[in-house]
Amino acid sequence: MTEPLLSLNGLVVSFHTPNGVVQAVRGVDLDVMPGEMVGVVGESGSGKSVTFLGMLGLLPSTARISGSATVNGLQMVGAPNKLMRTIRGRQVAMIFQDPLSALNPVYRIGDQIVEMIRTHQDMAKAAAHAHAVELLDMVGIPQPSTRARQYPHEFSGGMRQRAMIAMALANDPDVLIADEPTTALDVTVQAQILEVFQRIQREMNKAVVMITHDLGVIARVADRVQVMYAGRVVERASIDDLFATPSHPYTVGLLHSLPRLGQVRLQSIPGSPPNMLQPPPGCGFASRCTHAQPRCEAALPELEAFGSSYTACVRASELFSEVAL
Amino acid sequence: MNTEPITDVASTQPVLEVDGLVKEFTVSTTRGFRRVKARVQAVSNVSFSIERGETLGLVGESGSGKTTVGRTVLRLIEPTGGSVKFKGKELVGLKREKLRALRREIQIVFQDPQASLDPRLTVGNAIAEPLRIQRVPGKHQDRVAELLELVGLAPDHARRFPHEFSGGQRQRIGIARALALNPSFIVLDEPVSALDVSIQAGVVNLLADLQQQLGLSYLFIAHDLSVVRHISHKVAVMYLGKVVEIAPAEELYTAPVHPYTKALLSAVPEPNPELERHRQRELLYGEVPSPINPPTGCRFRTRCPIAQDVCAMEEPELIDRGFGHPVACHFPSLTHVSVTSAAL
Repeated sequence: MTEPLLSLNGLVVSFHTPNGVVQAVRGVDLDVMPGEMVGVVGESGSGKSVTFLGMLGLLPSTARISGSATVNGLQMVGAPNKLMRTIRGRQVAMIFQDPLSALNPVYRIGDQIVEMIRTHQDMAKAAAHAHAVELLDMVGIPQPSTRARQYPHEFSGGMRQRAMIAMALANDPDVLIADEPTTALDVTVQAQILEVFQRIQREMNKAVVMITHDLGVIARVADRVQVMYAGRVVERASIDDLFATPSHPYTVGLLHSLPRLGQVRLQSIPGSPPNMLQPPPGCGFASRCTHAQPRCEAALPELEAFGSSYTACVRASELFSEVAL
Repeated sequence: MNTEPITDVASTQPVLEVDGLVKEFTVSTTRGFRRVKARVQAVSNVSFSIERGETLGLVGESGSGKTTVGRTVLRLIEPTGGSVKFKGKELVGLKREKLRALRREIQIVFQDPQASLDPRLTVGNAIAEPLRIQRVPGKHQDRVAELLELVGLAPDHARRFPHEFSGGQRQRIGIARALALNPSFIVLDEPVSALDVSIQAGVVNLLADLQQQLGLSYLFIAHDLSVVRHISHKVAVMYLGKVVEIAPAEELYTAPVHPYTKALLSAVPEPNPELERHRQRELLYGEVPSPINPPTGCRFRTRCPIAQDVCAMEEPELIDRGFGHPVACHFPSLTHVSVTSAAL
């Protein structure tokens, strides 16, 4: 059996603010295998981005991180800065939503990729430049050698995101974390970028984490999904199971709130997520859940096997029928 | 959704008639080392009409001019040409005082409720502001309480400030403010795009309920095609400042004719993995060209999979080409989209 490339174990991220401690991520587990794309879904404030920013040490100093996060067996939690600098970019690369703020406006695209390569590898400038052009070509940028000499403002939104992907791939990392990479793009461009991600995952055998709020994107590209709510994973399933037989009331609510053909009224989830300064002691979703019982509010439910999926709902066996295997 | 629009026997006149609307902006660009002025036609000869109780969905990618259409209709930005008639009255060229009086009937809800609400005004004051500006007599407090209840909030929320509310609640406040003067027509500019899906559904339901109760007409501007399908009676697809296809919602989604409409529909990922795996996609190459220098002839031809020589020479008119609804394409063809899809 192959080892997971990326492995999170009980990862906790909290922020110390003047108002108290914000418990943004409250124990997240995740394994990603080579060549696998795992989707992380959740609403704003669910902790989906903070999990990975925390893991990579990219949060401000008010953040405290505990638990375990390993890439290729290397522990990232509590790792010294020097080690983290070799992990970031070399082992794990992150792609953000807004490429314009992630690119430096005063340097040429090619030079920015060259800098990324030469930070981590002992490579001559000319060779690094040739490699940068190769990378731009790989992510589908036409006339890559001309484009490498241009500045970010000369690129369109879709081209900038391609350049970001090229930069992320510069040092051949094993793990790619993509944080809402297509949210700022138009749908026809989103479709193109998703194709690029699928090619990277399949042809280059990378482990990809796709953070998104768009269930359509998940259905198109992911193999497995983790649904997050109030800093916890509430469901983990293959995409087929998630859409066909969801096993957590929050996932069901999320799927029902999407417009469907012939449906007269949409079903929204009443209420809003809990305040993470004082998260409830029990299930974070209980206050909005129509199936909640007193025992849901008593203790934090753990993620447990249910059919072929995992769910953090103590009432799952009463509410949902297990998938026959 | 898609209940029949409310038709009045007495007035068969559309609430809004837009005819040949044009908006040009002057931008400065560089040619060599010289700064030159260039004209951008953000909206180019757009026509449509909206009946009482009807929703027209306006979809398109960034730069298509959909937001500009919404704002020129309200004259928040002045149109360069064309005509906008509200209940038969011409709005273009109307004097300020007369326009202000008409603004009671035409309102707008913006995308970002965080930005459109003054953080230092209580919610009650924000909702009452249009009443004050229009010098509406009577107790504004009572009207505010009534409006808050109408949008699903509590009357005592009036004393709170915008930051005390969630995104969905803030958008409800924005809607309450738009309803304050009893308008008959509202421009909804991406009203749910900034909201999480579970919250989005509640706001979409509210908009549908208000339309039924109050007989409102909507111009619903959005890039999310599934929400537009859900709420609209008619849908117009825009590309680079032009309407390329306009049809009853179901017809547009199940039997699109314009190649751009087809590409747009096929690009939307659907929350159904089984369907996604077997889906034939028409991927478009490249991105929307700059509106400063739009392609000659048909503006879509540079990305069109079926473009021919004539497309570069002659601009296709938006006319009925035998498919039951207007389409601006020299080579229109019908494609039936599978009805199994969930999102679209």
